[in-house]
Amino acid sequence: MFGLKADWSVDIKQRYFALGDYAGGEARWCPGCGDHAVLTVVQRICRDKQLAPEKSVAVSGIGCSSRLPHYMGTYGFHGIHGRALPVACGIKSRRPDLDVWVATGDGDCYSIGAGHWIHAVRYNMNMTVLVFDNGIYGLTKKQTSPTTPLGFKSNTHPQGAILQQLNPLTATLGISNVSFVAQTIDWNPIHLYETIKAAHDHRGFSLVNIIQRCPVFSKEVSQHLQDDQSKLLLLTHENGIAITDNALRLFPNQQIHDPSDMSKAYDYAFEMSPLPVGLLYQNADVPCYEDFSSKGHDMGVEEKLAGFNAALDSVAI
Amino acid sequence: MSKPSEASQPVEKDNATSSRTPERIDENIVEIVSDSGEGAQKAGQTFGTISAKMGNGVWTVEIIPAEIQPPSRSPAGASGIRVRLGSSHITNMGDAADLVVALNEQVLYSRIASYAYKRGTVVLLENKWRTDPDPKIREQYETSVAEFRKNGLIVREVPMEEECLKLTPRPRLGKNMFVLGMLCRIYSRDIDKGNNEIEITFGRKGKKVVELNQQLFKAGYDFAENNLDYCYEVPPWQRKSTERLIVTNGNQAMGLGVMASGMDLVAMYPITPATSASHYLADVYDKVGGFIHQAEDEIAAVGFAIGSSYAGKTACTITSGPGLALKTEFVALAVMAEIPLVICVVQRGGPSTGLPTKVEQGDLLASLYGEPGDSPKVVIAAATIEECLHFVIMARKLAEAFRTPVILLTDANLATGVQPYPRPEAKAEWMAAPIDQSAWGKDVPPFDWDEETGLSPRPVVGQLDGQYVLTGLAHTKWSKVAYDRESNQTGCNMRSRKLAALYSTLKPPKIHGGEEGDLLVVGWGSTLGAIEEAVDKVRVEGHKVSSVHLRFLSPLEPGLKEIFTRFKKIFTVEINYSDEEDAPLITPGNRRYSQLAILLRAQTLVDVDCWSNVYGQPMQPGLIYDEINRRINLMKGEN
Repeated sequence: MFGLKADWSVDIKQRYFALGDYAGGEARWCPGCGDHAVLTVVQRICRDKQLAPEKSVAVSGIGCSSRLPHYMGTYGFHGIHGRALPVACGIKSRRPDLDVWVATGDGDCYSIGAGHWIHAVRYNMNMTVLVFDNGIYGLTKKQTSPTTPLGFKSNTHPQGAILQQLNPLTATLGISNVSFVAQTIDWNPIHLYETIKAAHDHRGFSLVNIIQRCPVFSKEVSQHLQDDQSKLLLLTHENGIAITDNALRLFPNQQIHDPSDMSKAYDYAFEMSPLPVGLLYQNADVPCYEDFSSKGHDMGVEEKLAGFNAALDSVAI
Repeated sequence: MSKPSEASQPVEKDNATSSRTPERIDENIVEIVSDSGEGAQKAGQTFGTISAKMGNGVWTVEIIPAEIQPPSRSPAGASGIRVRLGSSHITNMGDAADLVVALNEQVLYSRIASYAYKRGTVVLLENKWRTDPDPKIREQYETSVAEFRKNGLIVREVPMEEECLKLTPRPRLGKNMFVLGMLCRIYSRDIDKGNNEIEITFGRKGKKVVELNQQLFKAGYDFAENNLDYCYEVPPWQRKSTERLIVTNGNQAMGLGVMASGMDLVAMYPITPATSASHYLADVYDKVGGFIHQAEDEIAAVGFAIGSSYAGKTACTITSGPGLALKTEFVALAVMAEIPLVICVVQRGGPSTGLPTKVEQGDLLASLYGEPGDSPKVVIAAATIEECLHFVIMARKLAEAFRTPVILLTDANLATGVQPYPRPEAKAEWMAAPIDQSAWGKDVPPFDWDEETGLSPRPVVGQLDGQYVLTGLAHTKWSKVAYDRESNQTGCNMRSRKLAALYSTLKPPKIHGGEEGDLLVVGWGSTLGAIEEAVDKVRVEGHKVSSVHLRFLSPLEPGLKEIFTRFKKIFTVEINYSDEEDAPLITPGNRRYSQLAILLRAQTLVDVDCWSNVYGQPMQPGLIYDEINRRINLMKGEN
């Protein structure tokens, strides 16, 4: 009456998401596998940031790592080997409203999917990319991967790997438009959590290489890092990965590194021993591809019809 | 073959005047051939547009050299255009040309090798080479002209360069408009329409350029009027005068279809002959809010489109045979996980890199059966340029309604052929609906298969309570990975049943010609016009020959077996490989049939024969006509 709304009540549906809201099927990784730690951390971050489960998508390829979407309570896309990134980019391209996570591995991302890795870095679409790097093909039972150390014996190289391992950090840093590169370890839950959270907070393509334990096929690859923390170099900085003092004490080697310094980032990344953990490089100013690709995604039918008719006009006789 | 009569008129200069009465003809095939960069295609397209505006049926097709910058004056460098115009609907490029304008003699050799000409074809040949400073060129020219004449071409030497030099110091750039002027005079085109088209074409480059080109056009027109004794009238086609027309090639039509379908993403990787569809879209797609994604490779292109479709924005990828091969694994994922997806395949010659710029219908079986395991999907083929537009709209609807990838096959012939056709009236229902973000029923599985049809609604990311994990692994209706015997069998049943459900909605194909008879020709794709033209011609001669043309290849259209029972013999006409019956070592036991024939034989158990070739050329009505006659005579002998 008199143009006033009769009902002034505001319908606020408070939704609070608990850890269980992000849980899917029961994880079937081997006991002692580092993947469990990553899954737990991802679910905690979702909870802590209160991400709506129906607006999040976990995308993966094939491999042990790529089982992750099945264990999430979000939408998931468990696709084909090496191709998680094109799918994830396609999802984001016209749905910038969605929160996109990618779970991939050293074989999935750095070998069969290597072409997509390079170009996904260039597209710099806003997504969190977790590379579960255990230096071996686990699901297919112990074949040499690109990050298998030289001399490591596998079923495809019983005399030991004959190629020097690929360095995913220097490779990623070398790609134009790179905007976030970090490395962490699955056996330090605090650093793992803070690193992945920083990656998720970053707007752009954030790649986290996770040194991940495979107790069955490549235990030796990371065992020495667990036994002797001095084989790690913790990169710290006020703009880097923030961890508590208690956690800091676990790392005997520490180095202040400004993540905006590409040249230094490359130097640390290049060193395999001690192995750098922390934020190597971040640039928040790189444009995101979805800013271009999503243009017009919400255009109405009337406008589209007008656009189509205009296109017809230009070929009319 | 079309009759050579008009072309075999006397050719030497007469004292013709403008009062000469044009000879009425039903149709003519004209070519302009040159080195690339001489504007032959522009002249031909303009000539085609003028003709279409005057009410003629028109089909133009570009003659494309295989190399980017071939040497000048070389057969391999032949670049140009063919324009077939007539007093009826023109559906294909026809057989041998009636009149050719050539800017040098060497390029003619490649066309002669393609059987593009006949005895009596008139060649209006640039004569400047006769006086070229290079004695080698002079000799080449003289030898060739003599050879052409000996072989029955009617060569008329025309001083095009000399005439153009009167108006411009750079005749190479303007000669095409002189040629256009000659053609417009020869075919009694409206001179105002010509000037108008030049204005449209060059308007952006300024008044001076327009005027110069109009002067060159007029010079060509006057030259033909005063010096050439060819003058024809091609009466307009009696069609509804209110009908509005558009002119495009098949790839542009496909791009328009993408826009009309409301798809807002195309992911592609450059591949001939598909890429020009994306070039076109890149120009206009933003008008409908769409985006062209040029991916890092073919695999990423389809993966990107699948990602977009999974998120509710059904997308399209446009490719050709080698690209389709690379996309195979993703296509299988889309089948397995029931992701709507449109895959446009502009076929070229194969296998391997094959004939990138030339036509073949070689990807039919790869489209149907390219993936490992059982991978049922919808496969449709456009038969006309107009269908390239409308079938994209249909493909998106089918993809979403049946929750499946849809492969739309076209080919290089449709992609580069240009034709006027009715302007579509855009409809809102052609467009994809906005994505559904309402809550999903908690107790509704993501694959809520209808037992009978295999159909199920699809949850879209963002829908509350719709969360599921799409997987390429065998799965239950809850999309849970399942390796048990029943789950895999059920999943395969459900995916296959969707094709049966689609089949039940289709109508039997229309028969062109009599409902029964001696011989039935079956075709698919771009051969429609050539087949029907050939069939019409033999029917006029009293033979009981008909044809059917299939648009749906998976599922096949219903009623085929029944139709086949009404004809004594059936054979397919296709542009893909088959063994000739009498080739060495070939027996009925090992003969390899063309692709549609294999499908039809398997599906109908009828002894469907085939006739096909892989010349890399559009199917010519004359060749089909000859083959039909050969078969009719064989049948007479058998009786």
